[in-house]
Amino acid sequence: MLNTVQRKMLTRRLLQAIPVLLLATFSVFMLLKLLPGDVAITLAGENATVERIEEIRRLKGLDQPLIVQYGQWVWGAVQGDLSESLLSGEPVATTLARVFPNTLFIVLYAVTLSVLIGVPLGILAASRSGGFSDKLVMVLSSVGVALPNFWIAMIFVVVFALNRSWFPATGFVSPFENPLEALWYATLPAVALAASGMAEVARQLRSSLVETLHSQHFRTLHAKGLPFRSILWKHGLRNVSVNLLTVISLLINRTLAATVVVEIVFAIPGMGNTIVNATLQRDFPVVQGAVLVMVVTVITVNLITDVLYSILDPRIAQR
Amino acid sequence: MNDTAPSQSQPTGVIAPRIDRPGFFTRLLHWLIDDPIAAIGLAVLIVIFSCAIFADQIAPYDPTLQDYAAMLEPPSSAHLLGTDDLGRDVFSRLIHGATASVYAAVLAVGVATALGVPVGLIAGYTGGWVDEVISRILDTFLSFPAIVLAIAVTGVLGIGLTNAMLSVGIVFAPQLARLVRARALVLKQELYVEASQCFGASSGWILLRHILPNAIQPVLVQITLLMAVALLAEASLSFLGLGMQPPDPSWGSMIARAYIYAQISPAQMYAPGIAILVTALAFNTVGESLREALDPTSRH
Repeated sequence: MLNTVQRKMLTRRLLQAIPVLLLATFSVFMLLKLLPGDVAITLAGENATVERIEEIRRLKGLDQPLIVQYGQWVWGAVQGDLSESLLSGEPVATTLARVFPNTLFIVLYAVTLSVLIGVPLGILAASRSGGFSDKLVMVLSSVGVALPNFWIAMIFVVVFALNRSWFPATGFVSPFENPLEALWYATLPAVALAASGMAEVARQLRSSLVETLHSQHFRTLHAKGLPFRSILWKHGLRNVSVNLLTVISLLINRTLAATVVVEIVFAIPGMGNTIVNATLQRDFPVVQGAVLVMVVTVITVNLITDVLYSILDPRIAQR
Repeated sequence: MNDTAPSQSQPTGVIAPRIDRPGFFTRLLHWLIDDPIAAIGLAVLIVIFSCAIFADQIAPYDPTLQDYAAMLEPPSSAHLLGTDDLGRDVFSRLIHGATASVYAAVLAVGVATALGVPVGLIAGYTGGWVDEVISRILDTFLSFPAIVLAIAVTGVLGIGLTNAMLSVGIVFAPQLARLVRARALVLKQELYVEASQCFGASSGWILLRHILPNAIQPVLVQITLLMAVALLAEASLSFLGLGMQPPDPSWGSMIARAYIYAQISPAQMYAPGIAILVTALAFNTVGESLREALDPTSRH
């Protein structure tokens, strides 16, 4: 499927991702080192004896040089060992394996909605550039981008859950248990997240489509007598598909971050609730593990986007 | 004869003819007349900044003053936007909330500018391995979801608005650095930069005197747009209880508190939400309009 140039590009991108991953994991590792005071004392709890603190320091490898500690931590993380929660004692990896799919489900649902609604809106606006529907779409998308999504989530809860009971106000059902009910529970959070997502998609698609339609290449197609409809659908959309890919990958990353806040409104047992509760309770291994998973997810999404790019647009692979 | 004498001694052909450029205020006025929506956006921002600075003078009540005889009251002439669950005047809290929002946005974007601009200038102008290393570091920080990192850093440094916004600023810095780097890469090949190098100007002088002034326009646009993102980040963090701490008001924490009483008094959560929306919208409108005014090719 891939030719030599694409394979070379893929190898280069994978190699480039390694320093980014190392640096990102090192930054996450250093988060705990920023903690004021001695981690060993924190871990040992109140009224611990000096011997106990020394023992913990030795057990946790805290007496080793920083770089060795980092190496041990990464080696553990690769093997799925992210230490244990300070509060419940549950392995952090177990907690994250339980909550991460829930977050991912909501993110994918929201991104799908954003694309399904945002793309037609963007096309509509671009095809009537300067007209009433264009202006309306642009105004709506400006508002969408500026909306605090946790606030719109609350309004949805008040209007559609408390006043009308069309959707549940809080809670979550795993898509692996009951897919239909899972969609029903996830609809309000996903729509709240998609409010700004679809605005972003519509805006970006409109702007790149308008730019493409104004180019010389399209003026020529028009002069040759091609109807506008076929210029738009056959040529215009193919040209902006790479831009759309960028928008979608950015959107996945942005929605991943925004879910953190929206999950709190709906009490969804996902990454957001886990990170925020762990932060408020100063359960640092959980915070560290959750941030690590989020960052690695973003890096992976970026990598996949890069690879898809080179398949969609062979010119990029040659650069 | 005496009248003509000085004109003979004047050097000719050395001084370039002076081009009459309209002054700053004339250009500002033209920009605002051309784009009335941006003018409205700017007016909104002036109102919000005034509220933030003169909150004590404008707000009719002390924002933390509790009145147990008037809890969760609807809007009235005494309380324009009603009272919250502790009998505090919502309008006064909204005005004081502007202080928190403006402080948070300025702090985060200020930190991002102070870190991002010099790093971008150095990477773009120096090039080579320095650029390569800096670019990889920027890539890394760009892959941190802003809110998530801000939550983690505030957790570690201690909960509070300043810590929260410092970490948001750190996450924003790479965006500005990338922008400045790209401009510096182009500008360092300009003839006037090369001429300056020939005259033996130091790198620092060239960066400050030639590259920075010519790279500043897209930075200004990005700063305006980032203000909106920082504002939304502050609201989210305060909503989560990691930003502004009670009893001091912030728009995000007002929404969080109003949500608890959403069934009894849903109107409580509308005012702060609309304040966030309108302010973010104003920053975006002004930013987009600035972009168009400074770079006519972006207009469609």
